[in-house]
Amino acid sequence: MKSEAPAREPHAAAGIDVTLTGVARRYRGRRGAELTAVEELDLTVGAVEVVGVVGPSGCGKSTLLELIAGLQEPDAGAIAVGPASSGAERLAACALMPQRDLLLPWRDALGNAALALEAQGIRSAAARERAEPLFERFGLAEFERSRPAELSGGMRQRVAFIRTLLPDRPVLLLDEPFAALDAITRAEMQQWLADALASEPRTVVLVTHDVEEALFLCDRVAVLSPRPGRVVTQLDVPLPRPRDRRAAIVDPELARLRARALAALDASGERRP
Amino acid sequence: MRRLALTVALLAACVALWAWLASLDSVDDLTLASPREVAQAFDDDWSLLWENAWVTLQEVLLGLAIAVVAGVAFAVGMHLSRTLRDAAYPLLVGSQAIPIVVLAPIFVLAFDYGIGPKLAIVALICFFPITVNVLDGLRAVDAEQLKLMRSFGASRLRTLRAVELPAALPSFFSGLRVAATVSVIGAVFGEWAGSDAGLGRLVLLGNNQLQTPRVYAGIVLLTLMAVALFALASLAERLVCPWNRKDAPT
Repeated sequence: MKSEAPAREPHAAAGIDVTLTGVARRYRGRRGAELTAVEELDLTVGAVEVVGVVGPSGCGKSTLLELIAGLQEPDAGAIAVGPASSGAERLAACALMPQRDLLLPWRDALGNAALALEAQGIRSAAARERAEPLFERFGLAEFERSRPAELSGGMRQRVAFIRTLLPDRPVLLLDEPFAALDAITRAEMQQWLADALASEPRTVVLVTHDVEEALFLCDRVAVLSPRPGRVVTQLDVPLPRPRDRRAAIVDPELARLRARALAALDASGERRP
Repeated sequence: MRRLALTVALLAACVALWAWLASLDSVDDLTLASPREVAQAFDDDWSLLWENAWVTLQEVLLGLAIAVVAGVAFAVGMHLSRTLRDAAYPLLVGSQAIPIVVLAPIFVLAFDYGIGPKLAIVALICFFPITVNVLDGLRAVDAEQLKLMRSFGASRLRTLRAVELPAALPSFFSGLRVAATVSVIGAVFGEWAGSDAGLGRLVLLGNNQLQTPRVYAGIVLLTLMAVALFALASLAERLVCPWNRKDAPT
């Protein structure tokens, strides 16, 4: 064991921005028909800004994250993550947190959190050592050796979040991180994430179908139209972060923004998400 | 515990039925030895049975080992190379259509009377279930999981080692369990085609020499061997993949 805490990359805190200009992405559907997931999509996320993306199901929200992350290339338009524009460079700057925790059942919690570091070639013991302090900080002390099956849904998401955080990538892409949780756990985890992002400031794109979640966690919320997805409106949330959930629920400003976001969703899609 | 008791009770009932059938006058003693005669054969021919069982067990274990190494390597190869998979998979399935029984004499011609042809047959018969199961296990890995590894910047080989191979372990053990039970059949075929030792040969010889109790004793030993190998494979799975236990908390 080293006596000093492992050094953390300083660039993460400095932050970089993400810019999408006129982005389109088309798929070849199952029956050969062409599907347009997103089209004419413009979105800018400032350094260390948290931007929420809400929209009806199937509006290309997950595609949007994979495009930013460099797992897919746009058919038109340009994507820049800081100075990086090629897929491989974007991949190196982004950390993706998928909807499901995707923890490996044969690894203990610490081993799962260390996976992203091991993927880069860091030896298992060293990777686990770097993950350990985050368990303490994020309320998972004493669960390091537990297997995923022994953890609650909220704890599993926290392990997944630590796994996302550990490689010190400046941009976090969160894909409906709490969609699979029950309502009470989801509320707890939203507060937890708000505090976690305050202590680990990053450039964040949070995709969710939950307008309240987006308004509570984000500096700005972009509303997407149904497929092909494009940004129909953006709402600034003029409240300092991290916010307190109980205060946020009764905040009149947030209630007003919520009504506007829901109206925008309705107007864009003729249907509720 | 209750399951074990039920199995033992059913087994006892089968043995009782067997004893009753053997005691009927209309059943020829040369066709069916009674359980008591078989027990007697175990007592009389113990060293003979044991020596031959050891020969067969070696053939089975070595043949299985060859099948495991070759099967896993082949499955991983087909998993990593689409070209290899497309080319080899139909041939792999086709190879299963060849009746192993007719191959056995050819192997004996090729490899002589020693352990060689037995290993070849056991390995050939065990190769298929192991390869197919491992390949299925490798391919069953969640596409999202692979995408996640890619987003971490993991190389193909690291993803294979950290995610796909461990994920395929339960499938590997499924294949191994099937292979373990058929491996004994393979060894017996191999010995029938030509050998100077082994339980299969002992059974064949006993049949020709009208030593029916010894034949039955050999069959019982072969069965026990297959069951024991199956149980060992299951035990190994429980030890190696504790996360995959059906009774694990969810």
